Amino acid sequence: MATDTATKTPQPSVGDYLKKNIREYGLLVALVVIMIFFQVITNGVLFRPVNITNLVLQNSFIVIMALGMLLIIVAGHIDLSVGSIVAFIGAISAIMLVKWGLPAIVVVPACILVGAVMGAAQGYWVAYQKIPSFIVTLAGMLVFRGMTYVVLGGRPVGPFPKDFQILSTGFVPDFLSFTDPSTSLIKNYFALVMIVLLVAYAIYAGLRERRLNALHETENEPFAFFAVQMLIIGAVAIFLGFQLATYRGLPNVLVVMGVLIAFYTFVTTRTTIGRRVYAMGGNEKAAKLSGINTERLTFYTFVNMGALAALAGMIIAARLNSATPKAGVGFELDVIAACFIGGASASGGVGKITGAVIGAFIMGVMNNGMSIMGIGIDYQQLIKGLVLLAAVFFDVYNKNKG
Amino acid sequence: MSKTLLEMRGITKTFPGVKALDNVNLKVREGEIHALVGENGAGKSTLMKVLSGVYPAGSYEGEIHFDGEVRRFSTISDSEHLGIIIIHQELALVPLLSIAENIFLGNEVATNGIIDWKKAFRRTQELLDKVGLKESPGTLITDIGVGKQQLVEIAKALSKKVRLLILDEPTASLNEKDSDALLKLLVEFRAQGMTSIIISHKLNEIKKVADQITILRDGGTVETLDCHNEDISEDRIIKGMVGREMEDRYPPREPKVGETLLEVKNWNVFHQHHRDRQFLHDVNFTVRAGEVVGIAGLMGAGRTETAMSLFGRSWGHKITGEVSMRGKPVDVSTIPKAIDAGLAYVTEDRKHLGLVLIDNIMHNTTLANLGGVSKATVIDNHEEAKVASGYRQKLRIRSHSIYQEAVNLSGGNQQKVVLSKWLFTNPEVLILDEPTRGIDVGAKFEIYTIINQLAAEGKGILMISSEMPELLGTCDRIYVMNEGRIVAELSKAEASQESIMRAIMRSGEKH
Repeated sequence: MATDTATKTPQPSVGDYLKKNIREYGLLVALVVIMIFFQVITNGVLFRPVNITNLVLQNSFIVIMALGMLLIIVAGHIDLSVGSIVAFIGAISAIMLVKWGLPAIVVVPACILVGAVMGAAQGYWVAYQKIPSFIVTLAGMLVFRGMTYVVLGGRPVGPFPKDFQILSTGFVPDFLSFTDPSTSLIKNYFALVMIVLLVAYAIYAGLRERRLNALHETENEPFAFFAVQMLIIGAVAIFLGFQLATYRGLPNVLVVMGVLIAFYTFVTTRTTIGRRVYAMGGNEKAAKLSGINTERLTFYTFVNMGALAALAGMIIAARLNSATPKAGVGFELDVIAACFIGGASASGGVGKITGAVIGAFIMGVMNNGMSIMGIGIDYQQLIKGLVLLAAVFFDVYNKNKG
Repeated sequence: MSKTLLEMRGITKTFPGVKALDNVNLKVREGEIHALVGENGAGKSTLMKVLSGVYPAGSYEGEIHFDGEVRRFSTISDSEHLGIIIIHQELALVPLLSIAENIFLGNEVATNGIIDWKKAFRRTQELLDKVGLKESPGTLITDIGVGKQQLVEIAKALSKKVRLLILDEPTASLNEKDSDALLKLLVEFRAQGMTSIIISHKLNEIKKVADQITILRDGGTVETLDCHNEDISEDRIIKGMVGREMEDRYPPREPKVGETLLEVKNWNVFHQHHRDRQFLHDVNFTVRAGEVVGIAGLMGAGRTETAMSLFGRSWGHKITGEVSMRGKPVDVSTIPKAIDAGLAYVTEDRKHLGLVLIDNIMHNTTLANLGGVSKATVIDNHEEAKVASGYRQKLRIRSHSIYQEAVNLSGGNQQKVVLSKWLFTNPEVLILDEPTRGIDVGAKFEIYTIINQLAAEGKGILMISSEMPELLGTCDRIYVMNEGRIVAELSKAEASQESIMRAIMRSGEKH
């Protein structure tokens, strides 16, 4: 038992650090293992350029919603209505675009606004009337699904105009066409260059952060971990970037997703708002007595969730090229599962954006891999359920041991 | 009387990296009240967990003799079977079940799974009579006070044919009247031949009832004092606990009182839940710069409610009255406004209301003033670490680093983290609600020293405490509250335990 009060922060040893952060590294290792497993078992189909593109398109909306859901779960709540918000936003975007002929540039922000209002409508009851979020959003799930049927009259509406479809099926054009795409292996140099630059920046920023930490004597992760982590992430990113470059380049959705992941990581780790959400989830009463407006904060986490669900709703509608009343059924469960696999705690206060994103990709790679293998939806569900249980058991086991 | 009921010999218990108990010996005679004292972390609770089988035989070294035989308990039910019953500090009652249901929980009066309620109620009534609790067996736990809940726990223990009753800090959350009643009950039980072990920080109570006192320090037995052979003073016990003579339990201070900082006038508050019941009546008080002002009173006198209603209306409703700071009226209607006005409130319940236990020292320190370590809502990690390290050093918070989670700190160090949080908001007046509750003698002294430092820096301190010696030892002026009113204001010269109690009793007669 160290009982010193010296100023110097002792740097953690490799063993201690691993013990404390086993969940995060374990998650990353699990994702890599699952990827390699399916790559081998599908004879390399998983990492084919077309399939990688598909993987991104299929999972983007789960990842985007997981960003909002993580904040909700960290705040100590849950949102069951996101699948229905997805459907309703798909429906009204179809009405506005197809029936009314409004341009996409108007429809996209309008839909995000509507999503935010739907989140606000639920956030009000949770934050200010203190009704458990499980109940409020269960009601929301039913209400919004019903509204979708009403708006669509029970029939699918489509197809969407081209300028809306690029939201989910478009690619970032090649600004750096060095060679003729029809003959060269690499058909989109821009994609490859961007990915390499991003990896380089991540390494640079990581090293700079470490140097600053050392200067201020704050805690650093052991260098070995930093190096191995950077190596794995960098290698996987460049490999995927290369594969994408040999196909059609960076999907628009990937860019949107990347920007959002970066933004929410920053908000949760570096801003006062993020810190307050964690404090509120950890101990709401203590947070309130420390001057945090917990009602308003809860309200805005739901507004945020609604807006992100609306964005996801449009991406799905654009991808399917039609709005159907059954869109998004069961999505809330995939999103929530991603957060819990990613290490979020059901009692609030714990969870990371990176965890939720990796959790979503673990689910996504498993879905995709099992589909390629020809495993039926029945067994897919069964296996996904067991993976969720195993991940959470791992958390609880670690906690009890530590 | 001299037959030994329990003997624990050479108990050593190690956790990874820590020796929690080191060759501890404890000998309890049949039919006595045996007190176990020691600072927090001295090993009292660990020892009791070894005894009850929470830590099973084999996970520790040493022997437990009970009733003349060596015993090896592998679960709690093994020890309960022999009549060793522990009542923990945090009561283990189900709030929404009745007294009878709680008493027989897991041990229902049933045949083939069907409960005989008539019999259960009758037996509950007998047990309640024994402990002197005048409540119906059907009353829900949530509807009775903590003092009565404690009695229900004892009744529950009695329902199990108890031979050795162990009470862990039984009076920590009780007022003086309930504490006295509880202690009297223990003495009655002793007369009937029951043996009990009592763990407590309240040395005056121990002095009153204990036959023998065993003192633990740093995981080892220091000594066992026999109260019948010699007259044991509190200072004598403290000497054993801290290993040195505590000349003065309260650090000396030269008060330098300045201008009036906080003034509260005609503060009227209605009850939070019983909305048409007025709880505080025309409360008036002042706190001056460099002054430590106490509020004395019994449980339920309205002290915490005064503080919380003042601090951003965190308690009560229909709140009226005037609050001014340095002579200027201030708005304290929300917590952020109260903080801006220069108020800070250190709660009596640091675990539930003071700290985010799962978060680290650093994050807890900056929570109430995140603006102080951020620019345009972006937190400066290095600045934050510097601030937290600064308070960790200044208040001597014992921990590995500022990254240690609050849940792993001792009570005294947790309290220092809460103090750090409020000091970082740079308040003019700090309201300290039971700042030393449940923390050991050494840490108490440190907290008093911090209070003195703050007063010397010109801050005003309003201190609420149920321990009268503490108020008398630290305060320059003491207000006495009773039934929602301030009934007396005593200067340091006038204040004594007698004068405070007299003020409370006299005000009670008026109504």
